[in-house]
Amino acid sequence: MEYGTVGYQRCPGTAIATAAYWPYCDKRARVVTRFAPTSVVVRLDGVDKTYQSGAIAVQALRAITLEIPADRFSVVIGASGSGKTTLLNLIGCIDRPNRGAIEVCGENVATLTDNALTDFRARNVGFIFQNFSLVPVLSAYENVEYPLLLVGMPLVERRRRTLAMLEAVGLAAQARQRPNELSGGQKQRIAIARALVKEPQIVLADEPTANLDSATGASIIELMRRVQAESRTSFIFATHDPQVMAHADEIFAIRDGELTEHRTVAPV
Amino acid sequence: MNLLFKIAWRNIVRNRRRSLMTASAIGAGALAMLLFAGYTNFIFTGLETGYVQRDGHLTVFRSGYFLYGAGNAAAYGIDDYLGVMRLITEDPALQPLIAVISPTQALVGIAANYSADTAASRTFIGVGLMPSDRDRMRRWDEYGTADVYPPDARLSDADPNRGLIGTGLARILGLCSALGLTNCPPAPAGSPAVPAAGSAAAVNSDITALARRELGDAASAAAAHSTLMPQIDLLAATVGGAPNVVSLNVSGALAIGAKELDDAYIIMHLALAQQLVYGRNEQEVTAIMVQLHRTEQLAAARARLNALFQQHHLDLEVRDFAELTPYYGQVIRLFSGIFLFISLVMGMIVLFAVVNTMTMNVMERTNEIGTIRAMGVRRVRIRLQFIVEGVLIGAIGATIGAILAILIGDLTNHFGFTWVPPGNTAPIPLRLVVLGRPWLIVEAWLGLVLVAAIAALIPANRAARLAVVDALRHV
Repeated sequence: MEYGTVGYQRCPGTAIATAAYWPYCDKRARVVTRFAPTSVVVRLDGVDKTYQSGAIAVQALRAITLEIPADRFSVVIGASGSGKTTLLNLIGCIDRPNRGAIEVCGENVATLTDNALTDFRARNVGFIFQNFSLVPVLSAYENVEYPLLLVGMPLVERRRRTLAMLEAVGLAAQARQRPNELSGGQKQRIAIARALVKEPQIVLADEPTANLDSATGASIIELMRRVQAESRTSFIFATHDPQVMAHADEIFAIRDGELTEHRTVAPV
Repeated sequence: MNLLFKIAWRNIVRNRRRSLMTASAIGAGALAMLLFAGYTNFIFTGLETGYVQRDGHLTVFRSGYFLYGAGNAAAYGIDDYLGVMRLITEDPALQPLIAVISPTQALVGIAANYSADTAASRTFIGVGLMPSDRDRMRRWDEYGTADVYPPDARLSDADPNRGLIGTGLARILGLCSALGLTNCPPAPAGSPAVPAAGSAAAVNSDITALARRELGDAASAAAAHSTLMPQIDLLAATVGGAPNVVSLNVSGALAIGAKELDDAYIIMHLALAQQLVYGRNEQEVTAIMVQLHRTEQLAAARARLNALFQQHHLDLEVRDFAELTPYYGQVIRLFSGIFLFISLVMGMIVLFAVVNTMTMNVMERTNEIGTIRAMGVRRVRIRLQFIVEGVLIGAIGATIGAILAILIGDLTNHFGFTWVPPGNTAPIPLRLVVLGRPWLIVEAWLGLVLVAAIAALIPANRAARLAVVDALRHV
């Protein structure tokens, strides 16, 4: 794997250049950059976020300025209602700030249109949700394959990656099962496989172990740590689970919407 | 695209009870629309077949006859009608279109029966035609209604004195027993139909004698055979305004649906009608009937006929069967209006059923919508996802409805139900032409699926507009 902006190939019939390591083309293809370990994958500068709850304005984030290094296991900690999820939503480009600049994977996401932002997420961001959020009518295999369909990957490559990812999370045997036939731990493994199968720049996980017993939670964290190490993807967690915090490379503490601490636990 | 259909289908199956209820509502809509359309189709094709068998597709008149001829049909006669018919049949453009061409004479007058035991008279509406042409015209059945008739032996080209009368007229003129008609009670004793004595009887015998003399030698041979048949006298005014009388040997009775016509209708040989209207003058006809092979040729044939008459400076005009029988247009408009109303009602039911179902689906799957939007699914694809689901439910319901309509239509036709419509004297078959009109099924199917798609658009738009974070927060 090379780092920095890599070579391009032109999609047949389009003028859109695609990163060479992205070996297929579609019209939504965007130039993406693989970051070196020492570079910054997320940069927030003076970000405010206020929610309107009826007549009351609730300020969820205040003047957040931070940089999250690439290819690290970063954890955002804080009490319930401190603004962890809001921060992850902004980094994941599923919400927009009221003020401030957000740069994700080198892209100023505040300037992107809704469709461009959606395509950006499809290529660069993987999500793991607390409640697993698998598509209930799709099998485990189809759930993992879904993100690859969104980026227009050819069938053969899609199948190879999906099966490899199911193998990696230890659920190849459950490929045909629907989410309602899987345990909580298995569902979260499928969710991890789904988030990682497209080899995103960032994986965002909001309380990924909250709905799991401690033993299953521990195995899930182990799995994510291993996959992160292998794929060199930037993992960003929102949690108050001590097990997750124990694995963190970087810790960002938030209280009442303000960043109170940034600590590098494990040196690069 | 496959994924869209896969997810849509699986969600339909997942909520099978709800989907089935919605599909049933759509199916009921399709069933009602198709059965009614099947019946109206039967009415339309039946009426058209009847009119075309009787009058042909097009009728050539002397100009002005259509508007004013009823007052004096004889004055609007077509002279040299044989020449006009030759001109039409020899035209290379018309020749392949025409199935039958036949002259006809319309007339009105008084029909009377002054036989030994009866004295009754009634105004009649008569038509003179060529019996062999009538037989050929009655074989036309473009739509396969099976309402075709074998040659009617009661009329013959060789016997100009024979004729058929409406069953109502037969009853009025006291011919029921002579014609062997059932369901035709005799007049009560002491009724005015009993023969009058004295001077009235003498006048009656004079008219009969006059009619015999009018027949002349030409008909004497045929009259010998016709003596077995009951005889009535027909009195009408000639073109010159003089009264004229002929005798008609009634060879049978016709049941005509409408009572007004049944009590007055007479079909006779063209020669006899001409004799009554024109006497010994030059023989003309009021119209030339043109029956085509197919109704779709009507416009082309009409245009060509008009061009032909203009080219030869003939003072003739062409009318189609729909113009001649306003009732046909009225029936079409009435049934089309009812069909439109039923379709609108069914469309509204389908609309609300699908909107309701899809709204529930969107609400239940809000979190799923948020998840896949976060994964990188565009708004347009979310919208499409729910529209596809609506279309699939619509397609399932419409297909069920179409299959049921075909089955019920076939069963109804198989059992041969009949009914008496308002104004009719005789029952008519109740047939449902559903399968025979595949385009009808396709149109109804597409219409309902389209309504389902439009109905799904409302909740689909709502789903597509959901903010990702709000959708993810939804429990």
